[in-house]
Amino acid sequence: MNAKKTNRIAAGVIYFLVGIVILLLIGIIGNILITGVPHLSWHFLSSESSSFKAGGGIRDQLFNSLYLLLLTLLISLPIALGAAIYLAEYAPDNWFTQLIRTTIEILSSLPSIVVGLFGYLLFVVQFGLGFSILAGALALTFFNLPTLTSNIEEAIKGVPQTQREAGWALGLSNWKTIRGIVLPAALPGIITGVILSAGRVFGEAAALIYTAGQSGSTVDYSNWNIFSPTSFLNIMRPAETLAVHIWKVNTEGIIPDVNVVSAGTSALLVIVVIIFNFGARALGNWIYKRLTAAKIK
Amino acid sequence: MAKKEQDLQQVVEDALAEQKVPHVKFKGIDPRNIDVDRLTKPSKETRQERWGKGLTFLAIILIGVLIVAIIGFVGMHGLATFIDNKVNVFHFLFSTDWNPGAGKNHVGAAAMIVTSFAVTLLAAIIATPFSIAVALFMTEYVSGKRVQILQSFMELLVGIPSVVYGFIGLMVVVPAVRAVFGGTGFGILTATLILFVMVLPTITSLTVDAFKAIPKELRKSSAALGATKWQTIYHVVLRAARSRIMTAIIFGMARAFGEALAVQMAIGNAVLMPYNLVSPAATLTSQLTSQMGNTVMGTLPNNALWSLALLLLIMSLVFNFLVHLIGKKG
Repeated sequence: MNAKKTNRIAAGVIYFLVGIVILLLIGIIGNILITGVPHLSWHFLSSESSSFKAGGGIRDQLFNSLYLLLLTLLISLPIALGAAIYLAEYAPDNWFTQLIRTTIEILSSLPSIVVGLFGYLLFVVQFGLGFSILAGALALTFFNLPTLTSNIEEAIKGVPQTQREAGWALGLSNWKTIRGIVLPAALPGIITGVILSAGRVFGEAAALIYTAGQSGSTVDYSNWNIFSPTSFLNIMRPAETLAVHIWKVNTEGIIPDVNVVSAGTSALLVIVVIIFNFGARALGNWIYKRLTAAKIK
Repeated sequence: MAKKEQDLQQVVEDALAEQKVPHVKFKGIDPRNIDVDRLTKPSKETRQERWGKGLTFLAIILIGVLIVAIIGFVGMHGLATFIDNKVNVFHFLFSTDWNPGAGKNHVGAAAMIVTSFAVTLLAAIIATPFSIAVALFMTEYVSGKRVQILQSFMELLVGIPSVVYGFIGLMVVVPAVRAVFGGTGFGILTATLILFVMVLPTITSLTVDAFKAIPKELRKSSAALGATKWQTIYHVVLRAARSRIMTAIIFGMARAFGEALAVQMAIGNAVLMPYNLVSPAATLTSQLTSQMGNTVMGTLPNNALWSLALLLLIMSLVFNFLVHLIGKKG
């Protein structure tokens, strides 16, 4: 067999494997959307889920997912932002920084079920919070912190060094330079990073099963008193999210229309992820355009 | 105090008296009015600086404390099986007798350990050729728009929640496996096929990075020697990227090993030593997910589950260590 023939065969094999992967991709995403989207009616989105009859919706799960996402970002964003600024701007190149970086890597590769169980141990059992939105949001924060930190760090590092030097030349402190020059310049990248991590948080279930719980309490959307147990804003009530709902109805549920509910919910989750993925960059670019006079590269 | 202040005053006066630039007038400055405090204390900028550095350092410390707490808490509960309940470590690792409710001689996790490793290794073995092919395709064969489309599809694949993969597994893979191989359709093979799709984008994107990091000159020199594209790929590109491909595969394996829900939905959840690929089995993660809610805190069955969690944690650390090791060598 000569070299030219081998070359052709190798190319053929590579194209063949790539073809399979592409078919697989289209098959998976198509399957989710085609089986799920027809079930996404207003009724499905706006009615309560049922525990044993057919025809239940996902209203509470949808709200819980969004509420948990919001709380998680509220808690994790300041911490991740601080950590990222330190790593990108202040951290000296020594063993301590190295240790911190390794720590963050370890945290990011921890299985989410382990993070969830830690949350269960610390908040649900030790602190006596019980299955609650707060415990869930904290567990998701742990899950989200490493990714968010490294996303933001990348964004900050992407700001040209000359911009910092301009700030120092004006006599600004390092901190003022970071706040006034580096962060605004890095904002589009930071927003992209936040939205991408939000997509991950939105679909996470393993970390929530034993923290936010697997069942929802009765929720009253007209009760704005956050200390009332039936209020939709109460952070101490147990809450089942969309992803947990899919898992729950498939493994322990007894409703007859399991497939309809799961297919609809899966499609909704995937659509949200698609919007987050493509929206993240678009929004980042748009903000960059608004903040600066520069053209997008 | 007085001495230092006088010295400073002196310095200022000297400076003003000796000034060599006659066109600059220091009319408004009277040496006696110099605010020595402002010259000797930290400036506003320094205070800002300390505040900012302190604040961001606090965030870093928080993350550090968090990881220590996770390892500490899970470790404490995981070791309770061996310390409080006196289960033999070797029994735990090598016995297949899993019935922790029956006492300390029935806490063998070998079946789950073997299954966990089996699905992880099989998924990585299937995914690697596909990942390398896609990565080669994206870096060596095509460029421009087609790469971007493939890339964003891959990112989408990463973004799909694991329960959705589990659900597709139940809907599509389980019936398919049942139709082809008989049995229930739940088992290692089903879990492997799902994990294969889940680790594919992880391994692919890291492999793409590895190929992109190879200097163009290497490829050009190879071409100048008369090598075909495949010879260049085989002898230059793959060889230069070898250690980073290994890293990519380990990252993929770490993801597969820790994946809980998708596996739990597809593997059948029977704690048995798997005797073939289509018999129901259980992994460490699937057992944790399905049983944690059914045990009482502090009892042996519960502690045994925490030991499984500790094992997962340790494996995650091992995967990290391997990545570092290869990074250092490569």
